[in-house]
Amino acid sequence: MRRIWRANTVTVTVLAVLLALVVGAVLIVFGNEEVLGEYGYFFAQPGTPLGDSLRLVAEGYANLFKGSIVDPSAVSGAIAGTNNWSLVFSPISETLTYTAPLIFTGLAVALAFRAGLFNIGAHGQVIMGCVGGAVVGFGLPLPPGLHPIAALLGAALGGAALALIAGVLKARTGAHEVIVTIMLNYIAFWFLQWIITKPGVHDPTRTDAISKTIDNTAKLPSLGNGLRINLGIVLGVLAAAGVAWLLNRSTKGFEMRAVGLNPDAARTAGMSVGGAYVLAMGLSGALAGLGGGVVVLGTASDLTGQVAGTIGFDGITVALLGRGRPWGVVASAVLFGALHAGGNRMQQVSHLAIDLVTVVQAVIVIFIAAPALVKAIFRLRQPGGGLSTGLAKGW
Amino acid sequence: MANDHIDLVVEPGEIHALLGENGAGKSTLMNILYGLLHPDEGEILVDGTARRFRGPGDAIDAGIGMVHQHFMLVPVFTVTENVMLGAEATRAGGLLDRASARERVLAVSQRYRLPVDPDAEVADLPVGVQQRVEIVKALVREVDLLILDEPTAVLTPQETDELLDVMRGLKESGKSIVFITHKLREVKAIADRITVVRRGAVVGTARPDASEDELASLMVGRTVKLTVDKAAATPGDPVLSVRDLSVYDDRGHEAVSGTSLEVRAGEVLGVAGVQGNGQTELVEAIMGLRPVADGTIELNGTDLAGRSTKAILRAGVGYIPEDRSVDGLVRDFTVAENLILDQYDRAPYASGVALRPAAISEAAKEWIAEFDVRTSSADTPVGTLSGGNQQKVIVARELARQVKLLIAAQPTRGVDVGSTEFIHARVVRERDNGAGVLLVSSELDEVLALADRIAVMYGGKILATVPADTPRERIGLLMAGVTEEAA
Repeated sequence: MRRIWRANTVTVTVLAVLLALVVGAVLIVFGNEEVLGEYGYFFAQPGTPLGDSLRLVAEGYANLFKGSIVDPSAVSGAIAGTNNWSLVFSPISETLTYTAPLIFTGLAVALAFRAGLFNIGAHGQVIMGCVGGAVVGFGLPLPPGLHPIAALLGAALGGAALALIAGVLKARTGAHEVIVTIMLNYIAFWFLQWIITKPGVHDPTRTDAISKTIDNTAKLPSLGNGLRINLGIVLGVLAAAGVAWLLNRSTKGFEMRAVGLNPDAARTAGMSVGGAYVLAMGLSGALAGLGGGVVVLGTASDLTGQVAGTIGFDGITVALLGRGRPWGVVASAVLFGALHAGGNRMQQVSHLAIDLVTVVQAVIVIFIAAPALVKAIFRLRQPGGGLSTGLAKGW
Repeated sequence: MANDHIDLVVEPGEIHALLGENGAGKSTLMNILYGLLHPDEGEILVDGTARRFRGPGDAIDAGIGMVHQHFMLVPVFTVTENVMLGAEATRAGGLLDRASARERVLAVSQRYRLPVDPDAEVADLPVGVQQRVEIVKALVREVDLLILDEPTAVLTPQETDELLDVMRGLKESGKSIVFITHKLREVKAIADRITVVRRGAVVGTARPDASEDELASLMVGRTVKLTVDKAAATPGDPVLSVRDLSVYDDRGHEAVSGTSLEVRAGEVLGVAGVQGNGQTELVEAIMGLRPVADGTIELNGTDLAGRSTKAILRAGVGYIPEDRSVDGLVRDFTVAENLILDQYDRAPYASGVALRPAAISEAAKEWIAEFDVRTSSADTPVGTLSGGNQQKVIVARELARQVKLLIAAQPTRGVDVGSTEFIHARVVRERDNGAGVLLVSSELDEVLALADRIAVMYGGKILATVPADTPRERIGLLMAGVTEEAA
């Protein structure tokens, strides 16, 4: 993983995103049978298919932009007084709403990476965070102000508890955290399916598998009238600042980084390698759990089988794109949030499947994982020929 | 640049020594010859024809074989299997033809007087024999030029003599040998011609009758002191007492079996021995890095049993681990971060859980100056420094604080001569300041230069503790496990 980051400059990251959008454009064209059909007459009328393709792609990406950042027509409408100002802020609100949980899961994976652990279990930890947050959210009668704090605490504990199983097993027995966390993902998933049907959690007024509704006192306060954006995004940025401080400015972070880069040297210098693994995994799980908490206390109102969505797995992607650094995670979470929000509009207006956005995300990550490919495409110079595999050992 | 316009000519039937300090570019040059690396400029001529090697396979076809410093053998395979690996003889239907391969191993081993058992499993063979297998491997492929990369680093003095005999035999049968080393005595003993490499360039050629001083100054670029100046030791009370210690290695074998030793304040106890005779495990057990199976370890009279490495370091022990890139440094950390690697959570480098970057960089600057670490800044990743400077970072870290006991394991392995002189002087200074020093080194010359008493370790035991002026032949015999009574 570290080698991947070292080979990736910011340039490569940006170029990877651009390349992915190009791949997305090709897919948009291939997805449209009408335009695709025009290519049959390419040599007779080359202008038609090319022009139509361009138009199609431009329209799709314009809607991606309008859905995620701002729609110029809403701005002029608001100035003219024909529509509400909230329509202007709605795209950015949507983007940041999707961003918030991704910051948490991205930080979770990044923190574990820095300590040398590959936390594939963010998904399961998000689920436990959802359960922890929701149970406190509808189970404990608390006053507003205190309630969301308690519910977030429940979410963090839920995620941390699951992650600690992997952390402790790794520290004590050397069990590989990748295998353990993958398995814990299944356990968490089926635990959620089970618990939402059980009395005390299940909503007795419903026949389907759904939990009680979370008390309004526990919800995260909204940041704008009529908008979905809530305190979660602020908490996410604060969490990034906290993780940045922890990693770079604290003794525990120093330990975790040292263990992540060279556990043997860390141990020889008197550090507790197992202790660092447990701490990193616990914090990672807590962050992922908070990601789940932000979902259930922010946008969802109850637990369903699919409440956690894919934010756990997206966290891995976000952490990779953010190169394992807290502020990089924030930036890539915003990008993914924007792709998601814009993808919704693309689907509604341009009738392009939202899955396209998922493909674009995946392609970004493939390019990130293969920096040599991006460099070759753009013919970036290799300092010191970093590509050749070093076979020769020794002095 | 690791190699800068090097010219090297090896005649048939010649032993050509390539002499240079660690990091001078000898390995790079040989890896080019063997096709592992590709030259940016220049060419390789074999028997007068220019050849271009895409990989070791091409080099072998051209008659060039190489025995690497780190053996390229599969431990769980037999000698025959290892020799046939990469050029497997097959019978009809693609089945392995072990029998004919075994015949060829036997033939080569008899012809060149290299006794090996073709059916032995490599993991069970002593290091010297494993090396022989590597040579057989090359000879089976009918090479004319054999490159031996630091072949004596892992051998006892006696095994070294045997290897030199083998080399003479190969030379008689017309093979050429490139012998890479930094050990002057061996070069003088065997080479027909000597090429000295420094900083990637050939700085001179010499005949074997040149004096060691001449060769050393050619190699380093200035006059070198081959001995360490030190006054007689004034030993005090014991600092470290190890009694009846037993320790297991990673595979669960007893690596240290019932060993005792004592290091007194103000003396250097040198532990001599061929690598892999329990020295590593002994040191790791003292440092709390490996469980003690039996026996006691006392520091200034306090039992260290069950103490963590951190507590042992805090009790006044400085530790220079034997493999700096594995145990000593975090390569991607900066010089400053590595300088506080075992002090990061103590004042003044931290208050509570917060690091204090100002205090850290101040201390780093001071130590970089005091210990002559050549780095562009304290924020440079330590992995970009030369081996000698990396080692000085570790020495600075461990000696910048007051220590009662210094454990230095292979303190100058892979370190240039200049840094070696510096590190040796610092070790002696620690001793003169009243610290006890436990020096573990597989370089007998280093032990002889620094130690006030020498403990020879063999097969997990200290065979004998002898005065520093004991003849090296006697120590050599002890390193091979031969005690007085048996001899």
